[in-house]
Amino acid sequence: MKKSARFYSGAELVAKAAIDAGCRFYGGYPITPSSEIAEFMSVMLPKVGGTYVQMEDEIAAMGTIIGASLAGVKSLTATSGPGFSLKQENIGYAYMAEVPCVICNVMRGGPSTGLPTALAQADIMQAKWGTHGDHPVIALTPAYLEEIYELTIKAFNFSEIYRIPVMLMLDEVIAHLSAAINLPEKESLVIKDRRKPSVPPEKYFPYDTAYGDVPPMANFFEGYRYHVTGLSHDKTGFPTTDPELVQADQERHLRKVNWKKNEIVDYEYYLMKDAEIVIFAYGSTARAARVAVDNARKSGIKVGMMRFRVIWPLPEAEILKLCGRAKAIIVPEMNMGQLSDVIERYAADRTKIIRINHVGGVPIHPTDIHNKIREAL
Amino acid sequence: MAFEYEKYLRMDKIPHLWCPGCGIGIVLKAMLRSVENVGWDKNDISFVSGIGCTSRAPGYIDCNTLHTTHGRALSFATGVKLAKPDKNLVVFSGDGDATAIGGNHFIHACRRNIDMTLVVVNNNVYGMTGGQHSPTTPIGYKTNTTIYGNIDPTFDICLLAKAAGASYVARATVNKGRVLEKYITKGFQNKGFSVIVATANCHTQFGRKNKMSDPISSRKWIESREIPLEKARTMKAAELKDKVITGEFTTDEAETTFWENYNSPVHEYTEAYAKIIEKVQEK
Ligand SMILES: Cc1ncc(C[n+]2csc(CCOP(=O)(O)OP(=O)(O)O)c2C)c(N)n1
Ligand code: SF4
Ligand SMILES: [Mg+2]
Repeated sequence: MKKSARFYSGAELVAKAAIDAGCRFYGGYPITPSSEIAEFMSVMLPKVGGTYVQMEDEIAAMGTIIGASLAGVKSLTATSGPGFSLKQENIGYAYMAEVPCVICNVMRGGPSTGLPTALAQADIMQAKWGTHGDHPVIALTPAYLEEIYELTIKAFNFSEIYRIPVMLMLDEVIAHLSAAINLPEKESLVIKDRRKPSVPPEKYFPYDTAYGDVPPMANFFEGYRYHVTGLSHDKTGFPTTDPELVQADQERHLRKVNWKKNEIVDYEYYLMKDAEIVIFAYGSTARAARVAVDNARKSGIKVGMMRFRVIWPLPEAEILKLCGRAKAIIVPEMNMGQLSDVIERYAADRTKIIRINHVGGVPIHPTDIHNKIREAL
Repeated sequence: MAFEYEKYLRMDKIPHLWCPGCGIGIVLKAMLRSVENVGWDKNDISFVSGIGCTSRAPGYIDCNTLHTTHGRALSFATGVKLAKPDKNLVVFSGDGDATAIGGNHFIHACRRNIDMTLVVVNNNVYGMTGGQHSPTTPIGYKTNTTIYGNIDPTFDICLLAKAAGASYVARATVNKGRVLEKYITKGFQNKGFSVIVATANCHTQFGRKNKMSDPISSRKWIESREIPLEKARTMKAAELKDKVITGEFTTDEAETTFWENYNSPVHEYTEAYAKIIEKVQEK
């Protein structure tokens, strides 16, 4: 380890990475187990001339980050389960109006107030379908401290590149981890910013598809004076109910992510070359799964893991291939099977899907996974 | 010389979607004249609204306009303002938007005393959704959801704003567009959170249910209820039941009560935050 290594918690890394990615605005409302992120942001933002505001609830917090982003300032909010639910209507607004921003959800047990201080991966589907209507989704699920830093920066980059709200899905264990780590050199970071219009205001349309599926974005107060609405709109930004325009626009929204899937999907193979049993995992459960794989390998079992660093979109083609090849697939999750349900659809009875679903608030132990590996043999 | 509304309007978006004779138009005009009065550059203004008939106004204004979700306009506007504290923020809300679904944001924006102006068009009803009662529908009146007469008590939006900490609060009716203009202008000039309530007619939804389905009779009803603040001060509370007090809800020396003094705004929010940044960066 280099000399510069220092102790970081997961929460601090979200804050640090956000600021390194250029985030200068945080709007939030405290909720366990995400509050430390707010606390770090309240300390760090003024130092770089940024703004922290604590709003009256998560709905308002989500509103502030959309407003700040429209004014040209990269923005973050962080929350947990119940707060994530409250944000959903305005998250839909950010999709519809194509406003870049990052929502960090430190998952806890649900539904409702559920298990405020316990570990869960309860919101994997809420990240995908939490708001009403169809929309593209990018959700990241880091499992290690270094990865929190890396993927938080990526979350900001994705939001700026595709003009969408991006979900950074931590679980309680990941957010509260603390260890000495080295961060990448500032100079090595790749930071993306929204594409600005190249035309003068008279020629600018806020949702102009002439430049591709992601329209260039003018910030407020830069002379472009355009209109932003959550209503279905045409390229000028004004409401329309023309069925063809609305259909085409919804399809474009989905295309923004679907056509760039190869640049977004992100996974890691662990001992997969000869694997007959495959574990699909993400977040902290992937850490347990890794130990289980190591242990099983010691007894000569051919097992490997595919770990999703980005949970939405999933690498469909690779999953389909594995479903055709694996003798069994094990999906450990801290929920009742939110990913397993999806994997089951891909598998379409070609292989056995073994679920491990813990929602009691205690981590899935490597032994729990090991037992299922034995069962799969 | 006639006022050049065209200077501030997106003329290609006209005709607007409001019913002929709707009170919202008068408020919009008063607001545009106020922009001219204070001389703001169109590029430096953001007009923000929620959802409702009133909230459609920004679409017609040639500025940076933001039509948000129902009740949440103030939170979006707070984000814009905090990102660019030197810009001018104006929020346009209906009575339902501002005080029902958005009531929490309303009192907190007042408390923060953040530098922006909220114009509430109070037509005593949910206009856009077809005429259901709102937190300002007077007791006894009919709407589509209070057909036996409303029993749901009302808010006085101005008193609420004052109690919550807004630093400029005023109310005028759409019968007096010039007064409305004066108050909105003062709101723009106030460094802090300003609330201007425009008592307006929605003859289509509210009027229809209460035997005043045309703009004239609806505005006559508004007139019949209006009591200027100076006069109201000489009246008994019981006489003011079912009346609407208009004027500037400032508290002059004589009027200042112990509680108002105790609860007066301490500072404007963005200025206070700028001081934090300064302090932190000095270290
Ligand atoms: C979350 C949500 N709930 C309900 C609605 C439906 N809705 C749209 S406008 C409105 C009320 C509008 O009344 P007001 O704010 O008084 O505005 P007005 O139309 O009278 O100007 C309602 C209930 C909505 N758009 N969003
Ligand atoms: S329904 Fe009422 S508030 Fe809406 S435009 Fe018509 S008169 Fe105005
Ligand atoms: Mg109304």
